[in-house]
Amino acid sequence: MSIRVEGLGKRFGDFVALADVNLSAKSGSLTALLGPSGSGKTTLLRCIAGLEAPDVGRVHYAEAEVTHVAAKSRNVGFVFQHYALFRHMTIFENVAFALRVRRRPEKVIRDRVRELLHLVRLEGLEGRRPDQLSGGQRQRIALARALAAEPAVLLLDEPFGALDAKVRQELRQWLRRLHEEVTVTTLLVTHDQEEAFEVADHVVVMNRGRVEQAGSPEDVFDHPATPFVMDFLGNVNVFHARVENGHAYVGRLPLASLHQHGAGDGPVTVYVRPHELDVSHSPEDGGSLAATVQHVHPAGAVRRVHLRALDGGLTLHVELTPERQAELGLKAGDVVFVVPRRVRVFAQDYVI
Amino acid sequence: MPRRSQADPPWVRVVLIGGAFAVVGGLIAVPVVHVFWRAFANGPAAYFAALFNDPLTRHAIGLTLTVAPLAVALNVVFGVAAAWAIARFRFPGRALLLALIDLPFAVSPVVAGLIFVLVFGRQGFLGPWLEAAGLKVIFAVPGLVLATAFVTFPYVARELIPVLEATGQDEELAARSLGASGWQMFWRVTLPNIKWGLLYGVILCNARAMGEYGAVSVVSGRIAGETDTMPLRVEKLFQEPGRLPEAFAVASLLTVLALVTLFLKVWLERRGEAEEKR
Repeated sequence: MSIRVEGLGKRFGDFVALADVNLSAKSGSLTALLGPSGSGKTTLLRCIAGLEAPDVGRVHYAEAEVTHVAAKSRNVGFVFQHYALFRHMTIFENVAFALRVRRRPEKVIRDRVRELLHLVRLEGLEGRRPDQLSGGQRQRIALARALAAEPAVLLLDEPFGALDAKVRQELRQWLRRLHEEVTVTTLLVTHDQEEAFEVADHVVVMNRGRVEQAGSPEDVFDHPATPFVMDFLGNVNVFHARVENGHAYVGRLPLASLHQHGAGDGPVTVYVRPHELDVSHSPEDGGSLAATVQHVHPAGAVRRVHLRALDGGLTLHVELTPERQAELGLKAGDVVFVVPRRVRVFAQDYVI
Repeated sequence: MPRRSQADPPWVRVVLIGGAFAVVGGLIAVPVVHVFWRAFANGPAAYFAALFNDPLTRHAIGLTLTVAPLAVALNVVFGVAAAWAIARFRFPGRALLLALIDLPFAVSPVVAGLIFVLVFGRQGFLGPWLEAAGLKVIFAVPGLVLATAFVTFPYVARELIPVLEATGQDEELAARSLGASGWQMFWRVTLPNIKWGLLYGVILCNARAMGEYGAVSVVSGRIAGETDTMPLRVEKLFQEPGRLPEAFAVASLLTVLALVTLFLKVWLERRGEAEEKR
């Protein structure tokens, strides 16, 4: 079932948690709501689940408006960051809960619980209590419990946030496979961009209660719509530059040609990712920035180089392939030229 | 060898532990033992005769065993509701409500009794209306229940607020999202999570309710055979010449009830801890 959210707004006192949020998720898709803490993503998820009431706006499941429908009647599966398993019940009773409150026959319940425990690969744990399980097992049980009544939508609130890195990695891939098996429309809240890009087929980036950008992972990563998205999705070099005759200057030094960006004269902010900067021993025509090498991190799949621009003292982060570094033989103290291979420009007044 | 700061000299320990035992022994153990010793001074037969031969004493025992459970039942309902509201919601007046719940701890029971007389008594605020409706509160069982419930109000609510706060709301929200109605959520998720705290509160509340004297003595009018509860009966027998053994017999029964409460409380605490450790 598809989900559509229109003009959703929510305040907690003076704090604006959601401001005019629009969102749509296709039936059977897996959408990630990505953003820093306090960006409103969890509030949005709770409004969609009916656990929180929005001040304004509408929530639709497929064609039906559910804005004022109680959580218990929405038929959602909700998974909490801290599992929220019923601590006094066995695993069997936890998974069976949604069916028990719907007064399904005992045999139906038993078959369904067995099926779900098989789905999450935790057969044989029926008699245990939640506190006898590991974090990863608990979260899988929470997922089985949420799926028990065949929900129309599955909502996951930072489901792997409380787990350690290795388990998190495994569960991500497992969730992806599970989603292919059960194909229920799923929304996943996360602050971890890696998680969002690895699991989801649609990413919604949120900031300060607003949607900054929505699109496929490739879209969002390769074509960030705002400085915030650019910054949030990984390391980035920020240049406060000035455009003259189609060239961007940092201080007195030419940085790059911006002819194809169509930038008019005036101040701009230029964003370049570390791997999109190259280093050369001689200046290039298109534009390059003279800088001193400060430090070269010798290990890792990429060579991280820290440089300081000769004019203005701006610090630059560059990532080179080991081969490129072998070619250049950079060491601290060298004076070199930094060449942006790809730049993104946001007009100055757009920056917050 | 340098002495660690937490290793106090032996004499400090001896004085502190000895002092604690002396105070507890002198103020608590000796009087309790004395009550039983006086009650059984003339043998078990005389003891049971003192308890059950006088119809007025029998009535007092019956009345306490009626009033206390009713007051406890009222406080369970109100206590759970109030604790729930305070632990789960943020609303204007929440701090005030929290302070008011504690009020019965601070107010003298006699004052509490007077408040009820002023509200429900014949000359009181609701008096004429109650009389017209044919309801008798003061000098009757309803007044006893109300006064007892007032004095013991904080026990259940105070016990439950921290339990509810520690349990958190996630399980309840999970139950709602899984399709449970409000009642289903309460009976299947909330109540099992707070049951030990609730039982603990009920036991303390019950102990206090059975022993209540001040508030009850004001609202009851102390009518023998009608509104005398066990504590009131003890005091009356104590004042009447030649009935001291009976006073001690009834007092010993109250003490037994208190001791049973104490053992239940200890057992519950162990039980609750074991459950948490599991």
